[in-house]
Order: sequence, then structure tokens, then C-alpha cells
Amino acid sequence: MSAIYILWLRELKRYSRSRAQIVASLGQPMLYLLVLGFGLGPVFKRAGYGSYFQFIAPGVIGMSVLFSSIFSGLGLLWDRQFGFLKETLVAPVPRIQIMIGRTLGGCTVALIQGSLVMVVCLIAGFRPAHFFAIPLALGFMVLIALLFAALGVAIGSSLQDMQGFQLIMNFLVMPIYFLSGAMFPLTNQGKVLTFVTSLDPLSYGIDGMRSVLFSRAMFQPAFGTFTDLAVLVVVGCILLVFGAWRFSMIEI
Amino acid sequence: MIRVRNLKKTFGQFTAVNDVSFDVEEGEIFAFLGPNGAGKTTTIKMLTTLLKPTEGSIELDGLDPLKQQNEARKRFGIVFQDPSLDGDLTAWENMEIHGVLYHVPHKVRRQRSEELLKLFELWDRRKDQVKKFSGGMKRRLEIARGFLHTPRILFLDEPTLGLDPQSRNQLWTHVKKVNEAEKVTVFLTTHYMDEADRVAHRIGVIDHGKLVAQGTPREIKDQTGTENLEDAFLKLTGSTIRAESADSADAMRQFAKMWSGGKR
Repeated sequence: MSAIYILWLRELKRYSRSRAQIVASLGQPMLYLLVLGFGLGPVFKRAGYGSYFQFIAPGVIGMSVLFSSIFSGLGLLWDRQFGFLKETLVAPVPRIQIMIGRTLGGCTVALIQGSLVMVVCLIAGFRPAHFFAIPLALGFMVLIALLFAALGVAIGSSLQDMQGFQLIMNFLVMPIYFLSGAMFPLTNQGKVLTFVTSLDPLSYGIDGMRSVLFSRAMFQPAFGTFTDLAVLVVVGCILLVFGAWRFSMIEI
Repeated sequence: MIRVRNLKKTFGQFTAVNDVSFDVEEGEIFAFLGPNGAGKTTTIKMLTTLLKPTEGSIELDGLDPLKQQNEARKRFGIVFQDPSLDGDLTAWENMEIHGVLYHVPHKVRRQRSEELLKLFELWDRRKDQVKKFSGGMKRRLEIARGFLHTPRILFLDEPTLGLDPQSRNQLWTHVKKVNEAEKVTVFLTTHYMDEADRVAHRIGVIDHGKLVAQGTPREIKDQTGTENLEDAFLKLTGSTIRAESADSADAMRQFAKMWSGGKR
């Protein structure tokens, strides 16, 4: 237990010490939120969907959680060749504890990052239906963070070097983001897109966040809160097991 | 303390370590020498549970590292060829994490961390982030950390690579000091023959995965009829330069160098 705690604490300390990185990683979500949010607003309104800024805010929060949780897992790649990972792998601690410590650390960092973006959204004018819906949205953020931190660890354990990083970015992380419905409504889409978006775990995370944050008059969930919750929990558990298995296979 | 019998490791067609047997006694400093790609690091990885041997047996302090992995891990400390410190954390925090991972009780941890940091002359810098340290300081910290859980054996894989003569000298003085004070067995690899000659009680020379000579520095020099260890080494392993293909680790090393501005 103490091993899990100290590795979790390590991730938090590293995060809190990289202030430049915290500010930098707020940049991209802000760009989407402010430029797309206000830029596409009039078109969205004319189509009869209401305020695009309100609509996109949960998507942008989900995006920042996705990015920071998956990157924390990929950080393993770096740590593995040159850093601290070797030190933990020769320690008399079961690998599963090391994996859990890292994953929980990455998850917590992603949650903090997501909360920062949420605060910025609230300042910029985002208004949920009720303010007590925010803890429920946080619950969904936890599930998103845990799921993708585990996926990040699984990928980080499987890649050999940084060469694969761009590949993962372009063929996994960006598609997960764009196909999640973070930026467009998932209802009333064509068959192909409906099918593909239903395979993306982030779709359920963002749909879940919207379904608790907005009133039904404002937003119709594509899947429903309970389906969202169930999918996230099941897929999250599968990825945690898969990540732990990949992590146990690491040879240096 | 270390007992290796008929150790073999193959990667596909390539045999990295081939039928290697040796013993290291308690309290001894044993230097494992060999050209690049001879199998030194692979041997250390097998001894430290990071790789599984293809064939053969290993005993560390009477334990089989394959079967009693965690027990065996508590008995040794290791300093890797590449740094394994967390640069964002302070020297003290790096020691703390190590102590927790090795189940060193809180009180002992603090006391020993203090002693070791003082011994390795890092106490004044304990609250500084490790990324601000020089190469020599990082190495010293890694060795101090390796001693924290009072291991019976310390593995050092090319610990002086890239250090200036002053830092190298100081590092070996410290290692010798702890070796004598705590009766720690030291297993090291290095490319500097003068270091091996000066520090090691016994030496093993490995080439193409096979152990080609074993004995005290004096014995090895007598065997080959040479005056110094460097000549003996060249006589044993030939003077051709080894082609070592660049692997992903080298690419990462290059990358790390680029980003750390030339400091290791």
C-alpha cells in the first residue's frame, strides 16, 4: 500500500512542479472553447441546437482529461529508457502495485487538469442546469481519467521508443477525441458515424457529463446516463486489467 | 555471495551470454570487464531479476532470484548504466521513495538517508531538484540510494562513465569506504582498466558472451605476461573494435543528451 501511495504522490509532485506545462496544457482546450465555441455559435443556433458554447464546454473538459491521462501513461516510455522506471522494477514490490500507483497518479493529475478547465469554462460563461450537477460531472471525469490512464499505461508498456508517439497521437488520441461527440451532437447522424462514435469510450464519458450537466430541454443524451456509466465502468475495468498485464510484460 | 553456474542468454539467433560460471565471495569487490557488446549488461540484468536466463542458475546470498524474487531484490542495490533518478524530485525525495519501495521503516529511513547523504557529500543539496545536479553528483546520489536499504550486494554498471577524474576518484573512495564499513559485496563493470586494477579484489573478463579469464589483477597480468591491466585486457580480447549496432536505447540516449543540454 505504501508503495502505491508514494508513487501516486510522485506523480502529483511532478505535476505541481511543472507550472509552465500546466499553463501550456490549458492553451489547447481554451482555443477550442473560445474560438470554436463562439465562432460556430451562430450556425449552431440557427440549426436549432441552442448555444454552442454551452454544448462544447463539457467536450473541451473531456478533451483535457483525455489528453492528460493518456499522456501520463505514455510518460512511461520515457521513464522506461531513462529514468525512474528501472528503479521501481527492481524494487521488492509487486509490479501490479507500481502500475496502480502510476495509474492513480495519472488519473488524479488528469482530474485536476480537467477541473482547471472546468473553472475556466465557468468563468467564461458556462452555466450547468444546476450547480450541484458539477459533482456528478466530476464523477464522470474520474471514470474517463481512469479509463484512459490505464490505456496510456498499456500503450506505454508496449512501445519501444518515442518513434511510436506520433503514430499514437494521430491514429489513436486525435480520433478518440474527434469521434467522441465532444464537438458535435451524436444524435441524428448517419449510420456509419453513429456506429463508429458508439465504439469510442469517450463518447459515453462526454454524453454522461452532458446528461448530468444539462436539462433535458437543452440536451438529449445519445445513450442515457446509466448506459454511459455502465460502459465506462466495464471498459475501464477491462483496460485496467489489460494495462496491468502489459505492464507485467515489460522487459528492460 | 554470488554464485553463477553455466549461465546462458539468447535473443533469437544471437547468444549474448554463453555458459558463464563464476563466484563472488562476501565482502569482495569484483570487476566484470569486457568490450562493448560482450554481455556485461545482460549478465547484470539477469543477476538483478530484470531478465530471465535462458539456461543456468544464479544464487544471490543463498537465494534463487527467479523463485524468491522479492526476497532476492531486498538483498541487492543497483546503479544502472543510465541514470534512474527522478530529476523533478529533490535528492531527499528520491531517497524517500527508494526507502518506501524497499520497506525501510520510517525512522531508520530518515537516519540512514541523512548518514548516506552526508557521507556522499550531498547533504547540503538535499532540498535541490536532482535535474540541477552535475553528472558526478547524480552518480553519487544513485550510489547513496543503492546503499539505503543496507543491501548485501551492490551492482554498479559503468558507474564512472562520463565523469571527470576527480569525480571518479571520489566515487571509488566512497564505494571502498562503504565496502569496508558494511562488508557489502560489490559487483561492477567499467571500461577504465586503471580503476579495475586499483579497486577490484578480483576480475572477470568476458568477451563474445564467454568468460575468458578470471582472477586477481596480479594473476591476470601474470597469465598474459603483461605489465598492466590494459595490455592484459587487449591481449585477451584482441584489439579489433566491436561493431555494436545502434539500438533504440542509443537513439533515446542521443535524444536525452540533446534535451539536457549536454549534461548526462
